[in-house]
Amino acid sequence: MVEKDRSRSDLQKIWLKPLLTWTCLCLLLTATCALAYVPMGPGNLPVSLLIAAIKAGLVGAVFMRLAEDAPLNRLAASAGPIWIFILFVLMGTDYFTR
Amino acid sequence: MSDAYLHPPWKDLNRQHQAVTFGMWVFLASEVLLFGGLFAGYTIYRDLYSRGFLAAGHQTSIVFGTINTAILMTSSLTMAVAGRAARAALLRTARLMLMATFFLGVLFLILKGFEYREDIQKGLFPGHGFPLTAAGAQIFFSFYWVMTGIHALHVTGGLAAVLRLIIASARNREWLAGSTSEEATALYWHLVDVIWIILYPLLYLAGRVNG
Amino acid sequence: MNGPIPVGRPDYLRDGSTLRSWLFTTDHKRIAILFAIAITFFFFVGGAAITIVRMELVTPAGDLVSDDTYNKLFTIHGIIMVWFFLIPSIPATLGNFLLPLMIGAEDLAFPRINLLSWYLYMAGASFTLAMLVLGGVDTGWTFYTPYSTMFSNGAVLVAAGGVLISGFSSILTGVNFIATTHTLRTPGMTWFRLPLFVWAMYATSLVMVLATPVLAMTLVLVMAERWLGLPFFDPSRGGDPLLFQHLFWFYSHPAVYIMILPAMGVVSEIITCFARRRLFGYSFMVYALVAIAVIGFFVWGHHMFVSGQSAYANLVFSFLSFMVAVPSAIKVFNWTATLYRGSITFEAPMLYAFGFLGLFTIGGLTGLFLATVPIDIHVTDTYFVVAHFHYIMVGGAVSAYLGGLHYWWPKITGKRYPEAWARFAAILMFFGFNLTFFPQFVMGYLGMPRRYHVYPPEFQVYHVLSSGGAAVLGAAYLLPLAYLLVSLFTNERAGPNPWHAKGLEWQTTSPPPRLNFDRQPIVPNVPYDYHPKGGPVEREETANGDAA
Repeated sequence: MVEKDRSRSDLQKIWLKPLLTWTCLCLLLTATCALAYVPMGPGNLPVSLLIAAIKAGLVGAVFMRLAEDAPLNRLAASAGPIWIFILFVLMGTDYFTR
Repeated sequence: MSDAYLHPPWKDLNRQHQAVTFGMWVFLASEVLLFGGLFAGYTIYRDLYSRGFLAAGHQTSIVFGTINTAILMTSSLTMAVAGRAARAALLRTARLMLMATFFLGVLFLILKGFEYREDIQKGLFPGHGFPLTAAGAQIFFSFYWVMTGIHALHVTGGLAAVLRLIIASARNREWLAGSTSEEATALYWHLVDVIWIILYPLLYLAGRVNG
Repeated sequence: MNGPIPVGRPDYLRDGSTLRSWLFTTDHKRIAILFAIAITFFFFVGGAAITIVRMELVTPAGDLVSDDTYNKLFTIHGIIMVWFFLIPSIPATLGNFLLPLMIGAEDLAFPRINLLSWYLYMAGASFTLAMLVLGGVDTGWTFYTPYSTMFSNGAVLVAAGGVLISGFSSILTGVNFIATTHTLRTPGMTWFRLPLFVWAMYATSLVMVLATPVLAMTLVLVMAERWLGLPFFDPSRGGDPLLFQHLFWFYSHPAVYIMILPAMGVVSEIITCFARRRLFGYSFMVYALVAIAVIGFFVWGHHMFVSGQSAYANLVFSFLSFMVAVPSAIKVFNWTATLYRGSITFEAPMLYAFGFLGLFTIGGLTGLFLATVPIDIHVTDTYFVVAHFHYIMVGGAVSAYLGGLHYWWPKITGKRYPEAWARFAAILMFFGFNLTFFPQFVMGYLGMPRRYHVYPPEFQVYHVLSSGGAAVLGAAYLLPLAYLLVSLFTNERAGPNPWHAKGLEWQTTSPPPRLNFDRQPIVPNVPYDYHPKGGPVEREETANGDAA
């Protein structure tokens, strides 16, 4: 079966979800960029980071296939963020109590 | 065919694939922590010097930054499609998407180069001649140069890995269908995108609010 | 040993004898040997540096070397011993060699990455040698800012670069070990049948993968500040030197667990074999290893009690440091309990294991003193701290490394070492070690600062004892170097299982073939199956452990 003969549904299968995800990512990028100009006081940083986290989550779940992958890979993927959290919290016991 | 893609000690291509993918995820954990120290330092100093950080953040180029973010996100799209195409044995599409990924990555680096030039022309390298006097503004840019510099190194490494896939699949039309390293390369590339997704608000969205 | 050896099948040492076959090998056993040669070389370089230091310290005046040279000597000793000896020691040598064997695999999951790991180590090592040629570094192995970034005249960039590169060697080894343990266990080798050495390698790998990158980035920041003038830690431009300390110790505390967890794995293997007992509390020993690895990430602030960090941070880190001692204590109790009703023999590996038990306990207990903030304030930056960490790293980790080296020497080389010399060296080492470091506890408590070139005369008696002990210790280290090398050229070959030990590595020839096993090894139902559960120990061997 030559590639050209492959049905439209094959191409649809490989393009649909990624394209949908990419569209969400673009919308979120537009949102975060626009919101950066909206005065929210100290709220600007958390909002932008929240949007970044959602974008990262989408890339991870769909592009990196974590949503459909082995639980072990999800565990490995979570180790990085969890350990960064530990770094932040315990450094915080110093910096935020000085 | 499958034996040609087996590396010792593996006897079964599926298991090799699982191990390579898992191994890459473990490595990615270390990459996340590599940038984690930078994120922690940035957070500490932003809390300490919020005025200076906002003043400094205002000086980064939102145009370059946003376009580059879009470029990397799109390169992630093409990389994801390449992987799906390879798994569906649509090998020509896969190769095309890999080449698109490579092209977008190179474009990212080129734009970064122009951006760096502009930054230097504006004197935004900490030290003598730095234009901002607010406390902590120089530190913001210390993080800017190191974060984007180390990230750019990772983009370069990723491009080398993607190029390897392109060359191997050019030599052997079936290569992408049998090899287990495509997915690992893809994961690495996506992480490079994720890191940038987090760097973007830290470096480009700070201080955009006027006044 | 399962069945006869295929005729004409070479072992891994004789399977290719060109330089190429060694430098481009992907055989985990050969890579282990490449690492072993490199770390042995660096052990003696680091030892040479501290020999000069201890010679200087015999007299209170600074009469042997200049202040500057003195600072460089203890810095070089620290950098080399930590990153180019201790961190790779057990994992990259014994771990590399044994992990696939112990799980019944042919090799690690990623053999080429393994070779890359060695080349990265060698690249980092080259930087370190360059640093020596360029005059050395005087910042202390801890590279504290702003001295390292702004004021030191030493080869800081080169030194930091060398450590940075060697860190990636660590990370890749960790990735390889984790992937291997998950994916290459032979059928029947379930997680809770694994030897504790394998669990120890796994726990160590978790630490290597998660901690080392933070060090890498911290060194990048130091280099960026020193070389490019980018302010990160410079107080005059708003930087915080404590940020360096937080980031540095976030790695460097878990790093000490990279050094001790493998040692604990070795000790479990040796004690079970030479007491002929199952390991007491196997599951708890496993949980303890993982707990040490994880909780070890939560305690780094105990290196910063007097740095100016917040008192609340001191409280939190002190409490967590007490917590991390608990799993270590559980392990010591369980090793002791393993000895109960055992049929104990005192071959050299067992002597090292006993040494470990005592010295690690002393080191660990003094760690609790240091975790107590008021005591730490008194003894910070004194020889008390120096003694504490040497009890653990030398008394503990090096003892275990040497014990493991002797234990598996027949398997690795196919030769027996001379038992009498080995026992003598082990005992001499124990004696020399205590003579070197116990006086340091005393003088540290009495106020003798560390890293001091010149000191008040009232401390001289302790320094003389310590330097005398160091001479004995040095001689004791040279003994195995000599007799182990000589043993390679004797005719006395080792059989597949000279210790009658359990574990899959003993089910193949000594040395093993390139692909580890001629026949699929048989996994026992229970690890350390030295006696029937609850039953008496049966001894089939003669008094010195040889086959009857």
